[in-house]
Amino acid sequence: MQWEAVIGLEIHTQLSTKSKIFSGSSTAFGAEPNVQASIVDLGLPGTLPVFNKEALRMAVKFGLAIDAEIGKHSVFDRKNYFYPDLPKGYQITQLHHPIVKQGHVDIRLDDGQVRRIGVTRAHLEEDAGKSLHEDFHGMSGIDLNRAGTPLLEIVSEPDLRSSKEAAAYFKKIHSIVTYLGICDGNLSQGSMRCDCNVSIRPVGTKELGTRTELKNINSFRFVEKAIDAEIDRQIDILESGGSITQETRLYDADKNETRSMRSKEVANDYRYFPDPDLLPVEIDDAYIQDVRDTLPELPDEKIVRLVQEQGLSEYDASVLAQTKEMADFFEETAKSCGDYKLAANWTMGELSAALNKHELNISQSPISSEQLGLLVTRIKDNTISGKIAKQVFQSLWDKEGDTVDAIIENKGLKQVTDTGAIEAIVDEVLAASSEQVANYQSAPEDKRKKMIGFFVGQVMKASKGKANPGQVNAILAKKLG
Amino acid sequence: MALSSTEIKEIAYLARIAIQDNEVPHFQKELSSILDFVAQLQSIDTDKVEPLSNPLDQTQRLRADEVTETNQRDANQEGAPLVEEGLYLVPKVIE
Repeated sequence: MQWEAVIGLEIHTQLSTKSKIFSGSSTAFGAEPNVQASIVDLGLPGTLPVFNKEALRMAVKFGLAIDAEIGKHSVFDRKNYFYPDLPKGYQITQLHHPIVKQGHVDIRLDDGQVRRIGVTRAHLEEDAGKSLHEDFHGMSGIDLNRAGTPLLEIVSEPDLRSSKEAAAYFKKIHSIVTYLGICDGNLSQGSMRCDCNVSIRPVGTKELGTRTELKNINSFRFVEKAIDAEIDRQIDILESGGSITQETRLYDADKNETRSMRSKEVANDYRYFPDPDLLPVEIDDAYIQDVRDTLPELPDEKIVRLVQEQGLSEYDASVLAQTKEMADFFEETAKSCGDYKLAANWTMGELSAALNKHELNISQSPISSEQLGLLVTRIKDNTISGKIAKQVFQSLWDKEGDTVDAIIENKGLKQVTDTGAIEAIVDEVLAASSEQVANYQSAPEDKRKKMIGFFVGQVMKASKGKANPGQVNAILAKKLG
Repeated sequence: MALSSTEIKEIAYLARIAIQDNEVPHFQKELSSILDFVAQLQSIDTDKVEPLSNPLDQTQRLRADEVTETNQRDANQEGAPLVEEGLYLVPKVIE
């Protein structure tokens, strides 16, 4: 049977406020345990939450970026459950009146096709602390630094049909929140965590199958792998006559499989009710317009601009626009050399390849956008050829010189554009390859174009790559007749 | 509305309150009578009434995003039964 997957994502996005959502504790990552856990975060009796203005603004910003209706009247609720890293015994969240209502984002698939994915809602809530289960003589250690960190939980419609679409959607949300500057996007530090709801149904049917929820996945690659593993598991069960149990599962990356999280599943009963410690949050059109005025250029808009105004291909533009760091780096390079296409080629080609090879991200690049821009400038003004530029690039990467010009100068890489000097090399090469010259001259016109490549190669080799390729071609064509 | 003994045990579990089997009928009676009292509200027509999230006719005040808390870990942990390496220790929560 042919199966179709139905997938919805819940993405917990840590908002990059300085202080917590309901207290004045710092949200900085990596502090000593519990030094950023105040009496509010600890849930001590008598403390009261006070809502962080900036968390509200960031949530509204996101809502506007996905074309969503903004909840002008939003209400905080208590979600009750017991766990040691949740000291109050409830999480403050938004159930019926979220700050962000129905919206949508567009994802671009590998084949260039664009699909619109619904976002059901996004609501504000507080994060829990962390439980450490090792090395405490059979006890668990609790660090409440993270307790009370503002989260925006972004819930998608079950519109995704494959693990690839799910990963593309996760990347798109990542791209939007980092462009907006409302989340640092640091997946390895848990700044974005994703729960995937997965079910399958026979292709062509409408009814939804029983779903499972894969908890806490924090990389694009694992979203794809975990969903694939879960789809395979569900297909195996259904095809051998079994049925799917609705449950929460964990993805084990080492074994590439999902497994049930709890042995005895007690149905959750969170007993939600409006938090009496917090009043409804009311915002008006003027506030929303105010936030709208601060929206930066978003990835989709950037792609359109790069294609329409700078002549980049859709593919190049979408790769370059995907992360804010990459987009900024690219645009700085392009502005410094004045050539978007060449800047795109170098950013996506040489630079990305080197970064991948060394497992670095763009913000860790040893070559700055300014340096790359100058390198491209030196190709454009014929100081060096594209080929030599790769050598200069390597030298920059290895920190063999501070500036592009210093490296070109010190290594004597300047392109030879002196016609007389190039003619001398051409003559040498032609004299040494009389056989090829004879072949060339007896060949029909249409074959010659290809054959001239041999001579160009020899001349470039003899000049150690420094001869200007355009001039070499012209001189060769003239001399060979 | 009469609560069953199973419901009483579930409620006790959710509240993490240990009750003995012989106490169940007592709580059954007490909690059921509270529910009956509140159930009188069900007879009121609320179709045209906006749900009220808070009885105060005010909206939420907002706080500036500033770090105002300093590290009070030592003071906060004075009352904790067990602390190690800055962490609060609790009975192991997973196997």
